[in-house]
Amino acid sequence: MTMVEEPATTAPAREVGQSRKRKEDARLITGKTTWTDNMVLPGMLHLAVVRSPVAHAKIANVDVSAAQQAPGVIAVFTGRDFAEEQGSIPCAWPVTPDMVNPGHPSIAVEEVNHVGEAVAVIAARSKAAAMDAVELVDVDYDQLPVVLDMEAAVAEEADLCHDHVESNESFAFVFDAGEAGTGVDTEQVFADAEVVVSRRFVQQRLIPAFMEPRAVVVQPQGDNYTMWSSTQVPHILRLMLAMVTGTPEHKLRVIAPDVGGGFGGKLQVTPEEVISLLVAKRLGKPVKWAETRSESLMSAHHGRDQIQYIDIAADREGNVKGLRCRILSDMGAYLRLVSPGIPILGAFMYVGIYKFPAYRFECRGVFTNKTPTDAYRGAGRPEATFAIERIMDELAVELDMDPLELRRKNWIGAEEFPFTTAAGLEYDSGDYEGATQQALQLLGYDELREEQRRRRESNDPVQLGIGFSTFTEMCGLAPSRVLGSLSYGAGGWEHASIRMLPTGKVEVVTGSSAHGQGHETAWSQLVADELGVPFEDVEVLHGDTSISPRGLDTYGSRSLVVGGAAVVNAAAKVVAKARKVAAHLLEASEDDLEFANGSFAVRGTPGATKSIQEIALATFAAHDFPEGVEPSIDADATFDPVNFSFPHGTHVCAMEVDTETGRVEIRKYACVDDVGTIVNPLIVEGQVHGGLAQGIAQALYEEAVYDADGNLTTGTFVDYLVPSAADLPHFETGHTVHPAPGNPIGAKGIGEAGCIASTPAVVNAALDAVRHLGVSDIRMPLTPERVWRAIHQGGDGGDRATAGTNAYGGAQTETTAGVATDASALGGDR
Amino acid sequence: MTQINVRVDGVSYSDDVEPRTLLVHHLREQLGKVGTVVGCDTSNCGACTVHLDGVAVKSCTVLAVQADGSEVTTIEGLAQNGTLHPMQKAFHDSHGLQCGFCTPGMIMASIDLLTENPSPSETEIREGIEGNLCRCTGYQNIVRAVQQAAAEMSGTQDRTVGNGHVSLAVVDTAAAPHVAGAQS
Repeated sequence: MTMVEEPATTAPAREVGQSRKRKEDARLITGKTTWTDNMVLPGMLHLAVVRSPVAHAKIANVDVSAAQQAPGVIAVFTGRDFAEEQGSIPCAWPVTPDMVNPGHPSIAVEEVNHVGEAVAVIAARSKAAAMDAVELVDVDYDQLPVVLDMEAAVAEEADLCHDHVESNESFAFVFDAGEAGTGVDTEQVFADAEVVVSRRFVQQRLIPAFMEPRAVVVQPQGDNYTMWSSTQVPHILRLMLAMVTGTPEHKLRVIAPDVGGGFGGKLQVTPEEVISLLVAKRLGKPVKWAETRSESLMSAHHGRDQIQYIDIAADREGNVKGLRCRILSDMGAYLRLVSPGIPILGAFMYVGIYKFPAYRFECRGVFTNKTPTDAYRGAGRPEATFAIERIMDELAVELDMDPLELRRKNWIGAEEFPFTTAAGLEYDSGDYEGATQQALQLLGYDELREEQRRRRESNDPVQLGIGFSTFTEMCGLAPSRVLGSLSYGAGGWEHASIRMLPTGKVEVVTGSSAHGQGHETAWSQLVADELGVPFEDVEVLHGDTSISPRGLDTYGSRSLVVGGAAVVNAAAKVVAKARKVAAHLLEASEDDLEFANGSFAVRGTPGATKSIQEIALATFAAHDFPEGVEPSIDADATFDPVNFSFPHGTHVCAMEVDTETGRVEIRKYACVDDVGTIVNPLIVEGQVHGGLAQGIAQALYEEAVYDADGNLTTGTFVDYLVPSAADLPHFETGHTVHPAPGNPIGAKGIGEAGCIASTPAVVNAALDAVRHLGVSDIRMPLTPERVWRAIHQGGDGGDRATAGTNAYGGAQTETTAGVATDASALGGDR
Repeated sequence: MTQINVRVDGVSYSDDVEPRTLLVHHLREQLGKVGTVVGCDTSNCGACTVHLDGVAVKSCTVLAVQADGSEVTTIEGLAQNGTLHPMQKAFHDSHGLQCGFCTPGMIMASIDLLTENPSPSETEIREGIEGNLCRCTGYQNIVRAVQQAAAEMSGTQDRTVGNGHVSLAVVDTAAAPHVAGAQS
């Protein structure tokens, strides 16, 4: 099929809003891809990492002699070999002034603190030779007590995860609305409250599980180093590698070629990236490291892993009065790039869409001998959304109110925007009622409620439940001044530049770094509209610090909202520059020029036009240029948002629960999201689907489990249950549109919404199906085993599967494993 | 080392391989067929799926020596004479991919599914591709792609070439008809 070019005389349809099929697909569907692991360089050596099999130990001795003798092995390095130059993996977010950071060597020197931590690296002529030699490295470990359970870790006399720090607490962060002046005194509100409901929720540990395993290639060229890495953050990585290893920043180039997913999991400066750079430097040879899936699940950072103690206060009529959140957040063994910041990203979202007069948030970051945690799709906001949307259901039960009525009574009205919450955020726009009405229609709510009633009356073994999540989130990370006030180590702006080529083609350079989001397509649509050039004439360049020297990369649903805004602003500058040239060439005043559909026309003078693409050629030639104007219409722009954007929506899940087997199955899932202006509905729908899949997976399938010794027992795709097509339902999706006022596109961000919103809707639905049987909580993921236990044995289904199975971790003793305990059961009402 | 003769995407190769070499490693490392990728080490994810003598296999579960004398088709050999296979086109049309890492294996598995069942129901599609994991799409658009390809390929005797193929010259980026524009 061929492209049908619009005749130049007709006004092209506006690109923004069209479901353009993606430019990116051509290479991806034909196997013509540039994954990092595809790279082969002359003389390239292959790296394999020797990893600790124990969770906490002093390293007594590392014997590499046998490995060094192995066929094909060029060199073996231990932590001692790099101790002077490896520095510490950086943590860019000291959330409190006294935050404890124990330091994070890329290769362990004195001690190991989690299973999977690097203790040595092999460089060999083939990957197979390197992996064979891993088996020959002999490490003596003097084992130390293992700290795994957060509540035990913060108790008196707890064993220490790091013996050179005083406790297992990294930080204690507090936000109090009363003290901040954004609310009234929380303690007083709770003291005066007619109703208080308290719950303990567990956000299980998850693994981002991007499909492309991580890989790194480093090529030394004199004193310059080029790194290809499967990363979301080439710009941040370059800066941090310079700071960590002392390699001058201008001697480093980082390239993110085709990157196969990230979901926050590749928002990191990894030990393996540092190690690869150090080995390439030491040997003066190109090196490649490419991980196995098992390595990835064990050593790439994990996500979630919080215990949430939530108290909500209300009056008997259902008006919410106060919210109090105490969070334990598992950092794992070390602080990585933004580990401490993850729960803090949630700190301001616990109040959700509701008008709480009082709010207090306390979070303790806790060290355990497990893989470090960091960003995973949603990053703090899924945890916050889960807590508020679950506790609203619990409050509704306590008050004997319909859960939707309780929400409606307390949510911000469409006429109240902009609205400043008790957490101090100014929500930009939306209509919660409108989204909810549409979602109810999509679901077929009334019919399903009727079916639920019938099944309950007939005592059907398969019960039906309906669960809501009426959510908002904050996107578009982030206003630099806000990040500064939260002690984050960088700004939140994004950069773009537009290069007008002599043939009229357009190169758009973006500091965002896509890894599946479709920037090449969406950015082309933005530029086609702004410059009036054909979509096909736009090429988007990204992910290479030499081509795109300024950028802050892709995470936090920021790319379109911040990076796209920079592109639009750069395009406006191009038009402004071209206007001067057009005025000169058309011998008219700038004020008399109109710019539309890619051409400047002189008002009142038919036929006097110059297209911006013609002006690009005239600028290249520069033969006939206005006096005192430099011959370039290229432009740069850096956009720093003044506020976050706040997508919102209503997600409704209908769930069947087989009370005899504990099996749950989503009967229907409907969601209506308001993400502001939609640039490409096709891409937005895809982002919603993917987010839903991951949020549902947290509710139903995924859990990283450790045994009592600190071994990850879900260390392969056999045990860590990334859902398949057969495990997920068809999604009914819809949108309302309330443009974001804070950026020129009006977009709010869509990358994380589905993942943030869906988890509580699914759990609320399952509970709604079985609450009449006495069940008031079930721990995630809702395995058939847990659901069956909750129905037939009471409690929340327990925090462990049956002893002896892989899903059983065994951090608890045999006697409490698999049954509800005081600690794992409800916090209780009062 | 053992000598093997394998025909891959229409080209015959004769190579010495270690007995332990997996077919996927042979394809990637010796033949440069890096369009086929490795996503796990337990044969769960299906990213490495190719056709071995016309049948989908996870090429991480096949030793290279087992492919001796066989014909292998990878994602790189699917387009014929510069035209996309209907399944490739359908994945593009339906936005059945985002990061694209699972896509080669997903497309190869989906073609095999239609060979066995030319007009599968949604449930049959979901169950038919459950050996292939995707982390980006939530599968809904993959299901839609397989449905589209099934419709286009129905009635075609030989589904590997000929009818249903579309030009590869320019992958069409016109607006997809199945997703409405932004509602207000």
